[in-house]
Amino acid sequence: MLRKFLPHPWLTLVLIAVWQMLANTVTTGTLVFGAILGIVVPWITAAYWPDRPRLSSPFRIVEYILIVLWDIVVANVIVAAIILFKRNSTIRSQWVTVPLDLKTPEAITVLAGTITMTPGTVSSDVSADGRALLVHCLHTDDPEGVRDQIKNRYERRLKEIFE
Amino acid sequence: MTEILTEASAAEILVSVFLVISGVFGLVGSFGLLKLDNTMARLHAPTKATTLGVGGILIASMLYFLLFEGTLSFHELLITIFLFLTAPVVAHFIAKAHIHRHESPDSTPPTGCARPWATFETDEMREAVEAAERGEAATSEARLKAERG
Repeated sequence: MLRKFLPHPWLTLVLIAVWQMLANTVTTGTLVFGAILGIVVPWITAAYWPDRPRLSSPFRIVEYILIVLWDIVVANVIVAAIILFKRNSTIRSQWVTVPLDLKTPEAITVLAGTITMTPGTVSSDVSADGRALLVHCLHTDDPEGVRDQIKNRYERRLKEIFE
Repeated sequence: MTEILTEASAAEILVSVFLVISGVFGLVGSFGLLKLDNTMARLHAPTKATTLGVGGILIASMLYFLLFEGTLSFHELLITIFLFLTAPVVAHFIAKAHIHRHESPDSTPPTGCARPWATFETDEMREAVEAAERGEAATSEARLKAERG
């Protein structure tokens, strides 16, 4: 009964919260309208979430977000240093293949987004069977190190969250 | 009186620090776009350096409203979320367009698995793989039927 009424409880909560942020105040009116959106939108879009992943452990999600935010700050400094202090001829850009252990499309999407936001790497392509990511490194002398860092720091945590 | 003055100036200094940080990173990101010499390298400058550039302005804005107006502003958080959702998607589009036009299976590393990078897989290759998978499923189904008698 509850599942039919609220097919996606997390999405409902997120929609209510986002609506308060958009209105920039919390009043009864915005809460009621947020709740209406939070019920109607998941109900309409339920057909597009055929087998969504079950999210375990919310604390790990918070931990992951904090780690990524910190890495984004570090990434900015590193990339800024490369841009300012390295001559173009000494920048060694290269492609790195990252084999994936993740299976769910949602987890792979989050990993690809994380790679793009963090130190000197942009995810560029995925293999046709979804088992490897093609990552471009702005500057590295150690492609294996980059691959291992992505696998240990991000993919392991995402695997715990999504699978 | 002096206490109020120093408090106000401390808040002003804090907001100014974030504004200067964001300005510096925004400038470096734009400079990188000019300075780096190929498409993929240029892609790194706007996806990262500007994240902190925009982030700094948003933090400064939130602090300003919190410290001077005494209200909590959520719009900045939303901008951050939307930025983090859209930046990787756009970067991926540009990278994919670049691979389509300027890269080949020989210039990129091997996938390490049976099928090539999605950009290089032609319709014929995909259909062949899918037909093989269907064939496998059909034969195993036939075998199961035969075993059941």
